[in-house]
Amino acid sequence: MEETNKIQKVLLLGSGALKIGEAGEFDYSGSQALKAMKEEGITTVLINPNIATVQTSEGFADKIYFLPVTPYFVTKVIEKERPDGILLAFGGQTALNCGVELYRSGILEKHGVKVLGTPVQSIIDTEDRELFVKRLDEIDIKTIKSQAVESVDQALEVANRLGYPVIVRAAYALGGLGSGFCDNDTQLKALTEKALAFSPQVLVEKSLKGWKEVEYEVVRDRYDNCITVCNMENFDPLGIHTGESIVVAPSQTLSNDDYHYLRSLAIKIIRHIGIVGECNVQYAYDPKSMDYRVIEVNARLSRSSALASKATGYPLAFVAAKLGLGYGLFDLKNSVTKTTSAFFEPALDYVVVKIPRWDLGKFHGVNREIGSSMKSVGEVMAIGRTFEEAIQKGLRMIGQGMHGFVANRPINIDNIDHALADPTDKRIFVISQAMQQGYSVDHIHELTKIDRWFLFKLRHIIDTASELGQYNNVNDIPQPLMRLAKQQGFSDFQIARAINPQYAASSPEDAIWDIRQQRIAMGIIPVVKQIDTLGAEYPAHTNYLYLTYNGTENDINYLHDHRSIVVLGSGAYRIGSSVEFDWCSVNALMTVKARGWRSVMINFNPETVSTDYDMCDRLYFDELTFERVMDILDLEQPHGTILSVGGQIPNNLATRLDARGVNILGTSAQSIDNAEDRHKFSAMLDQLGIDQPRWQELTSLEDINAFIDKVGFPVLVRPSYVLSGAAMNVCSNNDELVRFLRLAANVSKQHPVVVTEFIQNAKEIEMDAVANNGKIIAYAISEHIEFAGVHSGDATIQFPPQKLYVETMRRIKKVSQRIAAALNITGPFNIQYLAKNNDIKVIECNLRASRSFPFVSKVLKINFIDLATQAMLGEDVQAPSKNAFDLDYVGIKASQFSFSRLQGADPVLGVDMASTGEVGCIGENTSEALLKAMLSVSNRIPDKSKGILLSTGTPKQKADMLDAAHALHNHGFRLYATGGTHAFLTDNGIPAVRVYWPSQPDMQPQALDLLHRHEIDLVVNIPKNLTSTELSNGYKIRRAAVDLNIPLLTNARLASAFINAFTTIPIDKIEIKSWEQYH
Amino acid sequence: MRETQRAVLILEDGTQFQGKSFGYEGSTSGEVVFNTAMTGYPESLTDPSYEGQILVTTFPLQGNYGVPPEDPQSPPLSDNFESEGIHCRGLVVQDYSWENSHWLSSRSLADWLKSQKIPAIYDIDTRALTKHLREKGSMLGKILVEGCDDVDFYNPNLENLVAKTSCKEVSTYGDGSKTVVLVDCGVKHNIVRCLVKRGVKVVRVPWDYDFNTIDYDGVFISNGPGNPDMAEATVRNIRCAMKTGKPICGICMGNQLLAKAAGASTYKLKYGHRSHNQPVRQLGTNRCFVTSQNHGFAVDNSTLPPEWEPLFVNLNDNTNEGIRHKTQPFFSAQFHPEASSGPKDTEFLFDDFIALLK
Repeated sequence: MEETNKIQKVLLLGSGALKIGEAGEFDYSGSQALKAMKEEGITTVLINPNIATVQTSEGFADKIYFLPVTPYFVTKVIEKERPDGILLAFGGQTALNCGVELYRSGILEKHGVKVLGTPVQSIIDTEDRELFVKRLDEIDIKTIKSQAVESVDQALEVANRLGYPVIVRAAYALGGLGSGFCDNDTQLKALTEKALAFSPQVLVEKSLKGWKEVEYEVVRDRYDNCITVCNMENFDPLGIHTGESIVVAPSQTLSNDDYHYLRSLAIKIIRHIGIVGECNVQYAYDPKSMDYRVIEVNARLSRSSALASKATGYPLAFVAAKLGLGYGLFDLKNSVTKTTSAFFEPALDYVVVKIPRWDLGKFHGVNREIGSSMKSVGEVMAIGRTFEEAIQKGLRMIGQGMHGFVANRPINIDNIDHALADPTDKRIFVISQAMQQGYSVDHIHELTKIDRWFLFKLRHIIDTASELGQYNNVNDIPQPLMRLAKQQGFSDFQIARAINPQYAASSPEDAIWDIRQQRIAMGIIPVVKQIDTLGAEYPAHTNYLYLTYNGTENDINYLHDHRSIVVLGSGAYRIGSSVEFDWCSVNALMTVKARGWRSVMINFNPETVSTDYDMCDRLYFDELTFERVMDILDLEQPHGTILSVGGQIPNNLATRLDARGVNILGTSAQSIDNAEDRHKFSAMLDQLGIDQPRWQELTSLEDINAFIDKVGFPVLVRPSYVLSGAAMNVCSNNDELVRFLRLAANVSKQHPVVVTEFIQNAKEIEMDAVANNGKIIAYAISEHIEFAGVHSGDATIQFPPQKLYVETMRRIKKVSQRIAAALNITGPFNIQYLAKNNDIKVIECNLRASRSFPFVSKVLKINFIDLATQAMLGEDVQAPSKNAFDLDYVGIKASQFSFSRLQGADPVLGVDMASTGEVGCIGENTSEALLKAMLSVSNRIPDKSKGILLSTGTPKQKADMLDAAHALHNHGFRLYATGGTHAFLTDNGIPAVRVYWPSQPDMQPQALDLLHRHEIDLVVNIPKNLTSTELSNGYKIRRAAVDLNIPLLTNARLASAFINAFTTIPIDKIEIKSWEQYH
Repeated sequence: MRETQRAVLILEDGTQFQGKSFGYEGSTSGEVVFNTAMTGYPESLTDPSYEGQILVTTFPLQGNYGVPPEDPQSPPLSDNFESEGIHCRGLVVQDYSWENSHWLSSRSLADWLKSQKIPAIYDIDTRALTKHLREKGSMLGKILVEGCDDVDFYNPNLENLVAKTSCKEVSTYGDGSKTVVLVDCGVKHNIVRCLVKRGVKVVRVPWDYDFNTIDYDGVFISNGPGNPDMAEATVRNIRCAMKTGKPICGICMGNQLLAKAAGASTYKLKYGHRSHNQPVRQLGTNRCFVTSQNHGFAVDNSTLPPEWEPLFVNLNDNTNEGIRHKTQPFFSAQFHPEASSGPKDTEFLFDDFIALLK
């Protein structure tokens, strides 16, 4: 261990904001690595601007820098902190790429920073496609032969030689960005051009569509000892990115020879490449022979390794970090048994199914087909002791209104054969419908190439559903059939719907309860099993649990001492709910434990820290449905249950759990309902004399018109049933309204539409607070940089507010206190306000923690969740003395978008949330904090050798942007502008080059050409309003900017603020200060 | 719903597990043992070391990839199995896969079990059963299928299982300038394959055959079922062979018999090692291996004579995983370097053995 002794301080690079392809899994990896370092007494320095993560919380790293993970800032931190070692494998592709650049530029060597774990050369060998193939050729390992090209012409030449279909990949890109299949020259041209924008090198290779895709997670120590911790098999065959695929662990269709053949190859590869730590090997495997190709090797912790850790209970990131310090695997203990060695390969006695969560419905114009590039925003993991049980659980967990594989609302499919052959995010449900319409397993296999084994298992579910359908009454179902259904993962609701669809639709609560009572009477209740890594061979000392109907005995002896507190987690990451609620959940667990209670977590998201079994006393890795939560509460008999820290999923269960006598800690279910129910909440505000935007729930076009006559356009329209596209829309005129209601929504008595007056140019303000028995004990008011109309999840938020009237703040505080008192709030809550002049209106109120809780908690350095949890536990919590006026610094929360992944989607912001992640940075003033934050979310300071394209919307917006345009000009930036903007700039004495829209093809220069030639390094494109005509005008420009990796801003206020920041603060004046240094 | 016969697994301590039959419709008894491997049921079921045992798989889904075709050869050596037939007396699983899918599959696991008259039971909480065996130790048990006659408990450890599973005649495999005597104590075919692949002539002899009468370059003592104390004849022959100083290698039962020939003793483990993930460390080095194992008895390190030393140790429970002579070319492994099923990381031991042949 002589190497360890030399290392006293390490720098860990995080992955920054969550984005498609790089999400919460790196919070888990980084947190584990920090724990491993801490255990060794090593000082840790973390760079990660993602303020909502658990790893950037107190107690994980010794020093935290909320700064961009880019070579410039990392170099600055190295110069300041002088670490001995650096960990590059725990922050995804972002950290890895940054590390490679620092290595290449000699910075690491210059400052004597040792790369711990896998050497950088090995990383380069796996990342550079050509080197990778060469290295594997050396040991006769077959790869998919591809050719690296650096131009579109070269790509065409190679593709025609290999023959279509081909696959195109960008080197050095995360999650298959810029990758895809091409069937002809046209498709290839388009894709290659895009891929070249992200990477200087693009690979063209022959496609092996239809082969199996199998992965191994391999670990190696510096003594050359190797283990494969887990293998995984994709349900979807090759051609669908593994992040887009349903994944099963361990593999189910591989024989022993298959399994160990690929395992041996994986070990051979890891040894040859020289990994120290963890890596992932992905194979294409011929379903009709033992032929294979290595697809890729990830020389770092990955989404798959996070999944493998959760699937097996083997803490890969923790072990990898220890191996980086020089330990041998034999030196480490199995964290579950505490007695056996960490040098072993987990034996699972259950099956795990991972299912991606997409949110494609949130985007306009996005292509819904899934393929070799990742589009999903999150994932779930389901555990069962039959495949049927696991997949049905998983399909419920993804939380898009589906009840499992059957008993769902039918989806509209034009052509089933097509939908099977060209998969979309709905493919699994297409299979369900195909089977119900009589498609045979063989037929579906022909169309999808999904292994028959999986299809046979799905067929069982269909068969059982139709058998249940033969009974009309719950009392008639034979016990063995009821048991079989539960063993196959049927929920009580699915059974209810199978036997009596009308009753299940009209009285779902009663129908579910009838089934529950009947099956309990039949003795059909789930049992609790432990995940112990060794298939029960040795006793487990951790409580990593799941429930199953395939068993007769519980692994846990319940004491029923009412000393448990159950915390419900947040489920799959999705747009609108992600790592911030994991932070809240983890903090609630820590407080519960610190206060002497047994902490119990229920969650099913493998990308989280809350699902680490060492974060709580008992982890139920299971569903957050009413049924499963009740099952667990029946077993646990806890003192109480916390619903307010996991976002909307737990919050939505409040009324139903309360109705069954569950002790909900904190604010009562009645109050939660009073805030959630639009009518009740509105009535309460009226009664309290608190203002709100006018709104009405309407069921006919005439009523809608009558309402709009009163409030005027624009209006916000929220249908209760959405046919296609986004759920909400702003309509600026009658045409818009009619079109939206005709195409996107269905207005009827059953499906009312909520229409709200839309107040323009109003400020939006967030109140995050904690109350105890109706009295606010801590609060944080923050303001949006953008005017209202940008979803609060997409807006740039500053805290403490810098431009709010004191009067406004005082009013907000008063109103919030009155609402807190009226709802008798105990615990966390959030209220959103509109403010114009000093008038404030309440937009909405959530009696739970909000997205901004970690941000305000960390900026203010008061842990709101800790306070809220204490309050919910019934303790007498004292209000902290500090308040926001005392802060000498500013925090800015900025949003990360993943439009580059979402082919076709219009990258414009509106009332529906579109961002996938966020960062929070701290600075001396708004500009400095904003600059750090904007640079952390894929923006860059434009290169002066290139230009800036301005197209700035309405006259008012143009005027708002005038100062910024002056600043750009004065700082020597070359400006390009479209017609109206050009005229405006010229009138105001700012020189600019006029460029033309794609709709004016005869004129030169064309904006698109400039973008394609990379002569523009920032695009500011402000739509005049949110009408579809206006949106389509700039669409091509916006989309081109995104596809060509050119920063794009679509909001005038944010663009002005950003331009103001980078023109007033030179980059070398940005202060490199750790979180601790702000006080 | 699929109609299947009800069946029950009864342990000697009276514990019962209710399930359903998916194999041969008859009753059976034997020693109940569990294996935590996630693949390899065709290999395990045909492994002679399971003679007399009822196998519980902790991995719940079984039968997924069917069963590969028979490939009869003379002398007997299968590519797809570890012996000529199933040696387990029964199979216990959580979830049987009624349909199977694999390009090599020729029939279902159920059909194969039926054709070999092996009862099997599913819908059993194999985790609860395994925990029971872990806590109480391996024990006798029987599977009773509804409508079939009851059977008595049967203790295979009272029988000479080595004699039962060993070949009855001498046969020869492969070709090469070196000759290896393979003492068949219930040999897995992959041991034969691993030797033949390395270009030696293999003379497979029955367990009690006095191989010292033939001309050979090295001796290989195979795996085998049951209690090593039953194979005294083999131990005597090994002692003779040691005097020649020619290389001797052993696997599993071979490790135990070599140890006994050296003068050490063996003992029965509480519930044995049966899995693909047993970690072993080569003593005096930092080299560790993930190994495939299947044994109920172990060598007592403390009884090894001074000229012998442990070669490998189990990282989980510190039991013996191999021995070697300090000066002579004699060594053996408790685990299975031939794998099949399981990881192949220690197959190099065959190379080590071949390299010793002069």
